[in-house]
Amino acid sequence: MDKETILDWYRQMVLIRRFEQRCSELYQAGKIGGFLHLYIGQEAVAVGSINAKQENDHVITAYRDHGHALVIGSDTNAVMAEMLGKSTGVSKGKGGSMHLADVERRFWGGHAVVGAHLSLATGIALAEQYQGTDAAVLCYFGDGATNIGYFHESLNLSGVWDLPVLWICENNQYGMGTAVERHTAATNIMQKASGYDIPAAQVDGMDVFAVHEATQKALAAIRNGEGPQFLEIMTYRFEGHSMGDPLRYRTKEEVEKWREDDPIGILERHILAENLASKDELEAIDTAVETHLDEAVNFAESSPLPAPEELFTDIYVEN
Amino acid sequence: MARITMRQALTDALREEMHRDERVFIMGEEVGVWGGTYAVTRGFYDEFGPRRVRDTPISEMVIGGAAVGAAMAGLRPIAEFMTINFAFVAFDAIINHAAKMRYMFGGQMRVPLVLRAPGGGGRQLGATHSHTPDVIFAHFPGLKVVSPSTPYDAKGMLKAAIRTDDPVLFIEHATLYQVRGEVPEGDYVVPIGVSDVKREGTDVTIVAYAQGLQVALAAAEKLAKEGIEAEVVDLRTLRPLDMAPVLKSFQKTFKAVVVEEGHRSYGIGAEIAARIQEEGFDYLDAPIKRVAQEEAPLPYSRELEQSALINVDKVIAAVKEIV
Ligand SMILES: Cc1ncc(C[n+]2csc(CCOP(=O)(O)OP(=O)(O)O)c2C)c(N)n1
Ligand SMILES: [Mg+2]
Repeated sequence: MDKETILDWYRQMVLIRRFEQRCSELYQAGKIGGFLHLYIGQEAVAVGSINAKQENDHVITAYRDHGHALVIGSDTNAVMAEMLGKSTGVSKGKGGSMHLADVERRFWGGHAVVGAHLSLATGIALAEQYQGTDAAVLCYFGDGATNIGYFHESLNLSGVWDLPVLWICENNQYGMGTAVERHTAATNIMQKASGYDIPAAQVDGMDVFAVHEATQKALAAIRNGEGPQFLEIMTYRFEGHSMGDPLRYRTKEEVEKWREDDPIGILERHILAENLASKDELEAIDTAVETHLDEAVNFAESSPLPAPEELFTDIYVEN
Repeated sequence: MARITMRQALTDALREEMHRDERVFIMGEEVGVWGGTYAVTRGFYDEFGPRRVRDTPISEMVIGGAAVGAAMAGLRPIAEFMTINFAFVAFDAIINHAAKMRYMFGGQMRVPLVLRAPGGGGRQLGATHSHTPDVIFAHFPGLKVVSPSTPYDAKGMLKAAIRTDDPVLFIEHATLYQVRGEVPEGDYVVPIGVSDVKREGTDVTIVAYAQGLQVALAAAEKLAKEGIEAEVVDLRTLRPLDMAPVLKSFQKTFKAVVVEEGHRSYGIGAEIAARIQEEGFDYLDAPIKRVAQEEAPLPYSRELEQSALINVDKVIAAVKEIV
């Protein structure tokens, strides 16, 4: 791994973290509405895995989608504008935080019904197989999502049809306030994949290198004709499920313990230990990210709201 | 012109569209090797092969959702629900996904998808297998909902549904598969969202669609013998609803009866009646009547089931109350 790449991953992780800290403030100021689900703590998952994909691969995820959108390379201004419900947003202000998409970059959202997008991923993978391309689909979902019918039907069909899809479970230990041991009978979630004869691996989600390597391996297997693959990535969300979560279901000690494994901290220590950059150079990256975000917030705040007639556009292609 | 069944008309439309566009494919339970539960895709598996005629497991959620995903990514899927009753299992995929995808992402996506679903009562299949839930699906903007009543419309509208870039729920009333009608050879399209006058008359407007349209036409013939000339308007498409021919007819007859196979409450009749009084109040001469399914689940026992469903006598009685 060359130095530039590693520093760029660092920048991407910091961008997600700081973007969401801004969002949290904007939410408290009443400028972002609806549900807001922060990805803080899980940054290494999106960064490690999306950077392992090839250009024509697809990405689709659930409502905790800011990180994926930013790593995909969506315009930060347009992502921030979507958070504020502005017409310049990626989804013209009609989707909000949970529904970011960037179809040009093959990022299909941002989906808010738990598990439903696994079926969409199945269909996207089918389209690629049907057309005989070498593209795969990276489909992200939570531990809680492995309990809904969509998960089981989608894994099964992907196996029956040998579809080019990489199932990526971001196991952050909870579905809302329900811990894995309390929500699923097979707590070793990767085991569920074996029910559909899909090869699976478990990965340390705080280690961006481990995530990257596992994703590369799984995608290579898919492109080698070995069918769908499954990764269970062990991670943790440092903040609540969404804004206003009373956090009654876990202890401060537990959170503190996981925070010692902050994925950005781990990467920073690695960079310093390997002399890839100095502390000052990393701080310069942080500062550049903040400047970039100042711009994004400015852009979003000064963008116009959707025009009233936008209520009725985009319902159909052909009216 | 040949007189063919609605089943044949649907088969022809599917086959011609499969030949016309390589992106069109069929997926669903028993669509392939079996030949389709209602034999609409018989022979397709041999003709087009397993790549384009795809048997699925019994997994309605992913049949619906994967069809949406494939459509988003550039294919033109025709997904079949064995019956519309099982589409309830896929309600989320249809309503939250097929119908919302384009809007929610600000027009970035298109979902050129046809969901075919046979439905309807009258076949002694019991309460879970006899629904006519068309209106439930027609409630939501983003989905197009059509249900033809003649072989001619069936062929032309299925072609239109396959060619439109929007998701279409194509409801086929199972008792209509055997109905025969004239269908020209070759390619033609009947547009979605256009209601059609199927019989002209001056005394009363009967609004109907699908199986109800056949009932309405039979009732109109009987009424004609008694000197009552009914105009019969076929909605054909429930969303987007084309009210123009209904209102035009009503301005001539001043009276209307709405015939539908679904339950009366919150139904098509309620919608049409409301629209007529909103948009044609000055022409209103009598209460608008509704002929619809009774407010009970459909029972198995034949006579009891028939008593709950619409029929020619019920339509005639409703007409006579206001004419
Ligand atoms: C079908 C459905 N049921 C319930 C919800 C409400 N809900 C939103 S997020 C969530 C928890 C999901 O947990 P998980 O899949 O682990 O993802 P995480 O939030 O941890 O990223 C629930 C129950 C929903 N959005 N959709
Ligand atoms: Mg979770």
